[in-house]
This record gives sequence, C-alpha cells and structure tokens, in this order.
Amino acid sequence: MADDQTTIAVHHTKPVLDVRNLGVRFDSHIGAVRAVRDVSFTLEPGETLGIVGESGSGKSVTSLAIMGLLPMPPAVVESGEVLFDGRDLLTLPQRQMRKIRGGALSMIFQDPMTSLNPLLTVGKQLGEVLAIHEGLRGRKARARCAAALDNVGIPNPEQRLAAYPHELSGGMRQRVMIAMGLLCNPKVLIADEPTTALDVTIQAQILELMQRLQAEHGTAIVLITHDLGVVAGMVDRVQVMYAGRVVEKAPADPLFAQPMHPYTRGLLASIPTLEGSPGKRLFSIDGQPPDLADLPPGCSFAPRCTLANERCRESEPPLELAGEGQGVHRRYSACFELDRLLLDSRASLPAPTNSAEEVQR
Amino acid sequence: MSRPLLEVTDLHKHFPVGHKGIWGEPAGYLHAVDGVSFAVERGQSLGLVGESGCGKSTTARAVVGLHPATSGSIRYEGNELVGLSRRRMLPYRRKMQMIFQDPYASLDPRQTVGSILTEPLRIHRTVKPRQRRLRALALLDAVGLNPRQVNRYPHEFSGGQRQRIGIARALALEPDLIICDEPVSALDVSIQAQILNLLADLQERFGLAYLFIAHDLAVVRHLCQRVAVMYLGRIVEIADRDELFENPRHPYTKALLSAIPVADPVVERARRRIVLEGDVPSPFNPPSGCSFHPRCHLRGEVEGERCSTEQPHLTALAGAGRREASCHLVQLEEARVPVGG
Ligand SMILES: Nc1ncnc2c1ncn2[C@@H]1O[C@H](COP(=O)(O)OP(=O)(O)OP(=O)(O)O)[C@@H](O)[C@H]1O
Ligand code: SF4
Ligand code: SF4
Ligand SMILES: [Mg+2]
Repeated sequence: MADDQTTIAVHHTKPVLDVRNLGVRFDSHIGAVRAVRDVSFTLEPGETLGIVGESGSGKSVTSLAIMGLLPMPPAVVESGEVLFDGRDLLTLPQRQMRKIRGGALSMIFQDPMTSLNPLLTVGKQLGEVLAIHEGLRGRKARARCAAALDNVGIPNPEQRLAAYPHELSGGMRQRVMIAMGLLCNPKVLIADEPTTALDVTIQAQILELMQRLQAEHGTAIVLITHDLGVVAGMVDRVQVMYAGRVVEKAPADPLFAQPMHPYTRGLLASIPTLEGSPGKRLFSIDGQPPDLADLPPGCSFAPRCTLANERCRESEPPLELAGEGQGVHRRYSACFELDRLLLDSRASLPAPTNSAEEVQR
Repeated sequence: MSRPLLEVTDLHKHFPVGHKGIWGEPAGYLHAVDGVSFAVERGQSLGLVGESGCGKSTTARAVVGLHPATSGSIRYEGNELVGLSRRRMLPYRRKMQMIFQDPYASLDPRQTVGSILTEPLRIHRTVKPRQRRLRALALLDAVGLNPRQVNRYPHEFSGGQRQRIGIARALALEPDLIICDEPVSALDVSIQAQILNLLADLQERFGLAYLFIAHDLAVVRHLCQRVAVMYLGRIVEIADRDELFENPRHPYTKALLSAIPVADPVVERARRRIVLEGDVPSPFNPPSGCSFHPRCHLRGEVEGERCSTEQPHLTALAGAGRREASCHLVQLEEARVPVGG
C-alpha cells in the first residue's frame, strides 16, 4: 500500500501481527474446499480488530492458521505469511511455535471444553502454562494462578484451583479460559466467539471483563464473532468475511453508519432491533452462501446480490481503497459497483440508526 | 372477551433427581416449571423469553404433551388437556404443532422430504392417500422451497432450508397453534431474517397463533404481540410488546434488555449497561425469597430482608395492557403511583 507512510507517521507503531495473503484449503472427498482466500490484515498494539461473517466464512480457519493449529492434512496453507515479532509463524518449527502459543500469542475458543482438559484440575492446567512459558513452578506459580482467577472475577480462587472443568458453570469455564489466555500477558489474544455459547447477562459480564483486562494490559485482541452487536460495542476496526474472503474492512463507526459492501449492508439491515417499528418485514438477503468446494466464478456474493451484473459474474472484485479516509480511517471494499451502492445508499437502506438517547433506559 | 386459544394456568413440571438406589425414592425434585400461567389468543403470538435453563422449553413440551405436566391446567379452546389419554390427546396434537431449534436433529435423515411431509397426513388420516403428494408439493411451495426437491433427503439442504422443511411439516395438519422452540437460534443472521419473514407471512395467511420461545429479545419483539419473561421456572413479567420493551418494570427484564448488544457503535458507547453479578442459579436449589435476589441490582431499594425471605407474586399493574410483574419493588412503585396515573 503506497500511503503506509501516513499511518506510521501518525502512530509511530509497528503492527504486532501482520497477516499477508493467507490462503487455506482443505482437501476432502468432495474436492478442494477453499476455506480462506487472500486474507490480509494488521493488528496494532492494544487495538481490537473484529472479524465478522456467517458460518463457514473462514473466521476460525483464519485464526487456527495463525495459531498453527490447523489439522494438516486435510488443511493445506496455500499462500501467505503471518508475521509476529518479526518472524513468519507459518514457517516456524513446531517446537518454537509451542513456546509462542499460549504465551505471547494466545487464543480463547467458543467452547471452553475444547481447550480445557476435562481430566485435569484448573490449577494444574494453569500451572502447566506457567511452567512452559515462564519456567515457574511450586508455590509462586500457585499464587500467580490464584491471582489470575481472582482477576477474572472467580470467587474463592484458591479453592477453584482444585476444581475440574465440568464442576464449573459455562460462564465460569469461559472465565477460566480467559484467565489462562491472559496468564502470560500475551501481546495478542485471538478470541473466537468467546461469548456465543453464553446467556446474554453472562455475555455482558465476559465482554466487560475482556475490556477491563485489555485496558490494564494493553493486549491487542482479534475478536471473531457472527454477532454484529458484540462487534459494535467492542472493536476499533472491523473486517467482514464472506465465503473465505475479506469483502469489507473499515473502522467500526463508519462501517456501521455506512457499509460499503452490499453484503455488509444486507447483513446489518437484516438484524431485528430493539428500536424502530417492529412487526414489519425484515430485510433479507435471498439465497445462501456458496459451496466452497464449487465457488462461482467472479464475485462470490453475486448469486445473492441485487446489484450484480455481468462483470461481477465473470471476474472477482479486488479489495480496494474505498472512500476518502486517511491513515487508520482508511476503508476497503471488494465490490465493482461501489459507486452505485453509495449513490442509492439512502434509498434502499432502512432508516439510519437511531440516536443514542432513544435506546437508553 | 372471547376465550383464548390456549390458556395455561399454574403449570408445574417437576423432574425427580438423584435416585437413592435403582428403584428408590428420588432425593429431590427439580422444579423446571414452577407455576406458570399465560394465554395465547387466536392468530396472535406470545413470546416466551429467558436464559438457558429457565424452563422455556419444558413449558413448551408440556403444552404439546411431549411430557406430562406435574400439575396445573392447560386448556385448548376451553378443553382441559392435562390428564388426557394419548388417544384423546390426538385431535389436539393435530391442532398444536411444534418447530424445533435444531433443524438437523428434528428431521429423519432416511426419509425424503416428501415422505417427511406426508407422514403426519398418514398418521392423522386428514388427507386422502391420492392427494397427499399434492399436498406435500403445496407445502413446499408455501415455505419457499422448490416443489421439485420433494424427493431429496434432509442432508441435501442447508440449515435454513431444513428449518423450512420443519415448518412445512408443522403446517401439514393445518394447525391453529405452532409452538416454536428457538426456531432461528441456530441460523445465521441473513437466513434468520428469511425464516422470521416466512413465519410472519404464514401467520397472516393461515391465521396461525405462535407460542414463540427464544432467548433473543429483538427477535421476539419483531414477531410477538405479547411477551412473557421467565426466570428460574417462573414468569417474572408479562406484558404487551410495546409496554415491555419501552418501559420494562421487573429488574430482571431491565437487565436483560440492557445486556443485549446493539449493532451500532455510537449507541453502544452511550449506553449504560446493567451488568448482573453472578451466575444463573440452578433450579435444583433455587434461592430463597425472590429467586432473582442474589443477582438483583435493585434489591437494595426494598427495605429489610424482604427480597431474600419473601417470595413475590405475579400481580397486575396499573395502566392499560394487562401487565403483570412479580417484584416487591415494582409493587412499592405501584403503591406510590396514584390510581389511573
Ligand atoms: N477440518 C476440516 N476439514 C474440512 N473442511 C473444513 C475443516 N475445518 C473447516 N473446514 C471448512 O472451512 C470453511 C471455513 O470454516 P470456518 O470454521 O473457518 O468458518 P467460520 O467462519 O469460523 O464459521 P462459524 O461461524 O460456523 O464458526 C468451511 O467450509 C468449513 O466446512
Ligand atoms: S461485485 Fe457485484 S456481485 Fe459482488 S458485491 Fe459488488 S455488485 Fe454485488
Ligand atoms: S423482589 Fe427484590 S430481589 Fe426480586 S426482583 Fe424485586 S427488587 Fe429484585
Ligand atoms: Mg468458527
């Protein structure tokens, strides 16, 4: 990108994570499933980047590729680099990767049971992380673990160290996982649907906790979710994925105020809201996402897009600068019909968002 | 006023837990549904909302007779259903159909769509054999599927399409009431909108009533004229949609509404969110007094130990819209408001 100078001049920072042109496919009996295609993004220190998209859009595969956790085979990393601390994680030997994973770069998952070992107590699992990454053992390690549980709002942390995962509620398990993810003060935390399995009142607790911990430690977070509400409240920038590609990328405020891709726009318009007039028909995107083993030529969204034309069905629109934003305010969209989209934005979108006061209770 | 289509009064459903020995007495009972009352009017929708384990699905299953109620009354057009034999329940089962959350698990993978849709017609003998297939095609068309896909199997359809098949099956016997248990929770936003629109269209076209169970309040607001909020086996507030969403009265309803993330960063920043303490308690060992009291952010407003010792009851509130709430604080507020104000 030619005008990268501006960003650097404004921030004097280097991204902590720099993903370039990542491509992942799965070789399965139905053929090659192209799960992730040409995904690039950077993460600035202390920032939160949201990755949104529907089921199967490649969010989890992206994060697993970064963490070096893809099952290979069937997964094949076709292209790309994942630069972290100046090293390309994709070419790092497993042994070195294990040192980074769970330490400076860590991840929390939707289902704590997939990353917590059901046979080990909470204390044992947290202790192992400290032993691997900091060589800390014994009483000191125990105190650190208890402090970590206390920090994520778990009552009686000393006693909880002796608990097994199944003895804890869903919210508590998610807290344990967050405590584990943050135990060694990671520079980057990847959170894949961290609250999707939780009730809303518990979700509110966990999101508040993540925000507090981020403010205290300056951790940069990649928050992966399909919930646009969660994204709106949590992130600085958003990247929208569709059928394995990034179709739009923008700071959160302008993205929600004026989406610059037909898919993002449709997605935002199809959410039922707590304000506005209920009982009217919802906007809906017809059809369904394409089969990743049999992608249509051209734009993957074309079969569902009301603006699609011949060109869209023939060639794939590149992700390009959109709008006038500078520096971190730059926006990108992968759509040939951006001009038309912006022209009729007033006409075809439902009423713009209501003012903040109306929603306060 | 006319009789409601469905009237549930003081419904209880208790599950025995922790048997002592194989045939021994249960160690206790889990009060999954603990005195729930509501009515669904013909052609209208009642939303039943609450967090996981609050008894929403158990209520729904008791209503359609999937498991018998422990006590209470379920009346369909005035006829008592509790205690009916399977055979005498059959005609009512026809009038009340159910749609489930998981479109994958609720369809038999070995049957074609056509046979899934004609099965209820065979069992209930409502349509002559020769016309059954035609009926299946019409049903597919009604739910927005291509009738030419009638010979396909469930796995050949996407999640949203499978939910459409589930809806078509529910429509097969021309019910008056459809009980929808989290019908869109497993679906992506864009597909969810399609299904919600379909449900709204079908309601209008066939005059259906819905008992609509969901944890997503925005979805319920979109589809239902009346809403009941459940917590730990009880209804804590029930009101017409606009009253409930514009002026929630029960502290739990307030917290629930404020916890829902809104897809607008500007709104999110300006919001004051009520973050409840603690976990959803287990219905096996519910807290004393008001079962919400360990988490209630407003319990300090009620004098003394009332919230933790005395169970509040669902009582009617002043004003229009047949509104009820069960909270000591709301009752105090009501007493302060001059009648009619
Ligand atoms: N182990 C695997 N073998 C074959 N295909 C896979 C495997 N894991 C993922 N995929 C495929 O990769 C694609 C992207 O999946 P991914 O899990 O990244 O989606 P997602 O965006 O995280 O969706 P969700 O919101 O459902 O979590 C999907 O088509 C999926 O079926
Ligand atoms: S490129 Fe064409 S089909 Fe794709 S989103 Fe833009 S207008 Fe729609
Ligand atoms: S009765 Fe007390 S504890 Fe229960 S909801 Fe009302 S104020 Fe809160
Ligand atoms: Mg995923």
